[in-house]
Amino acid sequence: MSSRPRLEVRGLTKRFGGLLAVNGVDLDIRPGEILGLIGPNGSGKSTVMKLIMGIERPDSGTVRLDGADIAGWPSHRIARAGIGIVFQHSRPLHRQTVLENIKLALLPDSLLRLAAAPGVDERARAIAESVGLGAVLQRHPSTLPFADLRRMEMAKAIARDPRVVLVDEPFAGLTGGEVATFSELIRGFRAEGRAVLLVDHNVKSVAALVDRVLAMYVGERIAEGSAEEVMRNETVRRVYLGGKIESVAHRTPAGAARAPLLELEGLNVFYGKAQALDQVALRVHEGEFVSMVGLNGAGKTTLFNAISGLVPYSGTIRYGGKSLAGMTAGTIARSGVVQCPETRELFGDMSVRENLDLGGQHLPRDKRERQLAWLLELFPILAERATQMARTLSGGEQQMLAIARALMMQPKLLILDEPTLGLAPVILEQISKALDRLRESTDITVLLGEQNVTFALPHADRVYLLEHARIIWEGTPARFAAEMGTGYL
Amino acid sequence: MLAQILRSRPLWIGLGTAVIAALLPFWLSAYLLGVLTAAYYFGVFAMAWDLLFGFAGEVNFGPTFLIGLGAYTAAILDNQWGPPIPLCILAGAVAAIIGGLLLALPALRLRGPYFGLVTLVAVLLLQNAIVIFAGITGGEIGMTVPDVLSIDATVNYWYSLAFLVVCALILFGLSRSAIGLILQASGQDAIEAQALGFNVTKHKLAAFCISALFSGVAGAMLVFYLGTASVDTVIDISIGVQVIIAAVLGGRRTILGAVLGAVFLILATEFLRPLGQLNTFVVAAVALGVILFVPDGLLGYALRRGERE
Repeated sequence: MSSRPRLEVRGLTKRFGGLLAVNGVDLDIRPGEILGLIGPNGSGKSTVMKLIMGIERPDSGTVRLDGADIAGWPSHRIARAGIGIVFQHSRPLHRQTVLENIKLALLPDSLLRLAAAPGVDERARAIAESVGLGAVLQRHPSTLPFADLRRMEMAKAIARDPRVVLVDEPFAGLTGGEVATFSELIRGFRAEGRAVLLVDHNVKSVAALVDRVLAMYVGERIAEGSAEEVMRNETVRRVYLGGKIESVAHRTPAGAARAPLLELEGLNVFYGKAQALDQVALRVHEGEFVSMVGLNGAGKTTLFNAISGLVPYSGTIRYGGKSLAGMTAGTIARSGVVQCPETRELFGDMSVRENLDLGGQHLPRDKRERQLAWLLELFPILAERATQMARTLSGGEQQMLAIARALMMQPKLLILDEPTLGLAPVILEQISKALDRLRESTDITVLLGEQNVTFALPHADRVYLLEHARIIWEGTPARFAAEMGTGYL
Repeated sequence: MLAQILRSRPLWIGLGTAVIAALLPFWLSAYLLGVLTAAYYFGVFAMAWDLLFGFAGEVNFGPTFLIGLGAYTAAILDNQWGPPIPLCILAGAVAAIIGGLLLALPALRLRGPYFGLVTLVAVLLLQNAIVIFAGITGGEIGMTVPDVLSIDATVNYWYSLAFLVVCALILFGLSRSAIGLILQASGQDAIEAQALGFNVTKHKLAAFCISALFSGVAGAMLVFYLGTASVDTVIDISIGVQVIIAAVLGGRRTILGAVLGAVFLILATEFLRPLGQLNTFVVAAVALGVILFVPDGLLGYALRRGERE
């Protein structure tokens, strides 16, 4: 292994409006080395990848490829300089065959070369063969299974013969056997002396493959070392699992004695060919607080969207004993199942007050006023910001507004999807306290989706763990740390 | 890649159709030939639009901006100084390309509907400019040009057919070439195209220029066929909408489908003329039906069927 890094990143910084997405990140990758870049959702790892590729322009910092600073170059120049990327999602050319899609990557960036150079066809075939697409060369992408589409993306990256390969979530949506094949392909990159950066959510998924791991949290590097070292690292454990997981004693250890408010059985959801939910079954009893824990891409949002009637599914969803099948999203929301989505979906150009009023639109005036007064007590900051445009609020304030707006609808079942996304720890504590008060003062049932276990566990009566579209564990918060703690890292 | 183009089925079907079309003057009346002549120019408008929208993915709601620039530049030049027709057409082409580059500037900054709005406004601006400078443009009434391509319907027909075939060969060949592939990639996923090392800006600018070139030349040719240039025939928004409908009807991203759509649209309008006011309504309804139920368009649908086999 040569000592000089092939890719050398120093002080990489990127700001999106008020959010410091990446804050002074340094990283090195040597030729023939695989570096895992991990971090929970919103940690800035994808932004780092985009900054290296030039898809976003860094505000400051350097990105050196074999010594030449390429920071701030347009994407296509960076690509020509020798950095390739394997996107997690891509839109292949649907009118063209697999072979033509691979040939695309072999074309020169020229307006004058109308025909591909001789030999391109042969090379494209050889590359396709090497990633295992030999049998489907003449098929169209839309007829391929998901794994083959990923192979095609891999083939396109190989075709560019890059010195550095960036791979976004290499194994998302793949089965065990496919993971092995793709791992082999990535090891092949290493053997050929390329520098590889794998971006993923947790150490576990890339541990077997990487030489080193760099962990990020809220835009900063928090740990670096071998996979084992990073998994043992205290900061990393705190970020993923929380310092000490404690469950607050709740009024009633609500549970089986009470009637189930929400019941799911055999729920399946497909996005095209990728299965997003696989035979999911769960129950939420009245007055219960249930946390659905899972990494990004596990299927949490899909699950909530299925309950809210926003994505088609097979299987049954019963709410208060009645099937929700065939009901529109609007009807479901009015019947008391209110979702506070991950993306918040605030009306950015309306004031805080207007956003809240919209949530309470269906209530009679006096009730609405009472509900509003109660919510402003729960989230005092919103009273101060009442006339401000929602767009101008900080991330934490926006999240509080989103929760408050959902509560204006007086839900019986509140679904909270990743309320902690991209928020600083201090804000999490405020939201956490508000949830505590909410539980003390009302009889509301809550279904919380989280990848941040620290946030998800203390409130929960029961926890489900969702992984790769399946529920793989169910139990109390106390048991979670003991049984699932390390597996979740 | 040339061998591949030569093996392409649409090409041979297209050439066969062209041969049949070339023989039509022996059967058809001068009147019908006239209708087809206009339809062929229209076909070129639609193909040029398809290259920009279907391939490069740029939502151009105002194809008549480029067409009108070419048409009026040629007409004004002919009217004022009377140089030979080819020179007028060349000037029209240059003006259209400049217009295409002007249009490309906002396109590289704005996305989707906003750029679409800019293209609409561009048409309105051009229309206003023509009315304001009525002294040399003829304003709302339009202007006649002293020179025409020919006064013989059959000759005019052959001119337009030959022009259509040449344009179709070039544009179709381009769409199947390496550049066509890169353009499609840029239109569908610009970020990925860039990550594959393609200068998307450069390729899109080229698409704007090529689309403008063919729009402008076709617009100028149409003027010298009709003997007049008027807002109603080459600039009005409704003409632009018809160009778009023709391309979508025939099948986006097929180039040749645009010709099919244009001929269908113009012939349908002509044959339904006895319906009076209902005419446009019926044609629009048919177009709407095709767009709703066969979103790939006529040729696109046929190709899809072919792919599945």
